[in-house]
Amino acid sequence: MSLKVTHEIHDRRFGRNVGLALVLVGFIAVVFGLTVVKVTSGGFEPPRAPVQEADG
Amino acid sequence: MSDATINNTTQTGEAGFGDYFALLKPRVMTLVVFTALVGLLAAPTPVHPMIGFAAILFIAIGGGASGALNMWWDADIDQVMKRTRGRPIPAGKVQPEEALGIGITLSAMSVIMLALATNLMAGAMLAFTIFFYVVIYSMWLKRSTPQNIVIGGAAGAFPPVIGWIAATGTMSVEPWLMFALVFMWTPPHFWALALFMRSDYDDAGVPMLTVTHGRPSTRRHILVYTVLLAGLALGTAFTAVGGPVYLAVSVVLNALFLSGAFRIWRRDEAMAEVDNYAVERRFFRLSLLYLALHFAAILAEAVLRPYGLGGWG
Repeated sequence: MSLKVTHEIHDRRFGRNVGLALVLVGFIAVVFGLTVVKVTSGGFEPPRAPVQEADG
Repeated sequence: MSDATINNTTQTGEAGFGDYFALLKPRVMTLVVFTALVGLLAAPTPVHPMIGFAAILFIAIGGGASGALNMWWDADIDQVMKRTRGRPIPAGKVQPEEALGIGITLSAMSVIMLALATNLMAGAMLAFTIFFYVVIYSMWLKRSTPQNIVIGGAAGAFPPVIGWIAATGTMSVEPWLMFALVFMWTPPHFWALALFMRSDYDDAGVPMLTVTHGRPSTRRHILVYTVLLAGLALGTAFTAVGGPVYLAVSVVLNALFLSGAFRIWRRDEAMAEVDNYAVERRFFRLSLLYLALHFAAILAEAVLRPYGLGGWG
């Protein structure tokens, strides 16, 4: 008997792994998208230091 | 579900991805997503689409997390009630500890991510909503008072407020009108369900109004709450979130809803059993449409406003 026979439980486990992988990829995409929006809209800019005028 | 399936899942102890997703109560999540979206879009502050998408996503995940925690806590009564017997924990597909772990993890993640994506106040409001649903409603009120649905209904009413705060970063009166709409709608919606689910709540020992005060009293309560709801829903038409479109939709829906509540009030159990609770079932289905269309009308007013067509203005 082959050791590669797949049981129904293997299919279920595979489906669960694929589902989790898609959720993680989706989460990464959302965090990346948020980061791009926040950075480009100036949300993460540090407070500017007062500009020193050059002396005379 | 057959005994064979119960044995099978118990032996293997392996849940599929869909079983974990079912823990998040996807149908309740659709209500959360829609009302939160209306709150977000009706707000006067424009939101970047990506931030708006993320806000709705994390509000939905927070709502789902509280659903998982509710299933963990209520596993014993879910086992008894026909309506909830097929849920992942009573069906033996997911272990209660798994639901607890998923609920806590997703709660923390959704609150932190919402606060980072939008603002701290929105994150705090989501955290309070999860606390209210899990601790105040599920753990405390649900098993101790027949007013469980009335006060617990507040938990389902928070999403439009969170959506509004996510957009504006401030608290104002408009989202609380949407809150009041869901809050007042919840009791007649659930009491109609309790009427036609008959022995479910009795068997589970949940002090639903039908069990503690009897069915004729529940019918009276449905009528009284529907009259109050109609006043509130129609009054909202003349506020900042209302307008002519909302008013037209609301007049029709409230006429139908009041007529349904009146018919429920006039019936007794003998009459209801003859047609297998047809009037109560129809009222329950109408209640879903009632809330969805009221929020759709609020959304329509908000969408029309930039073109000078929304509101009374």
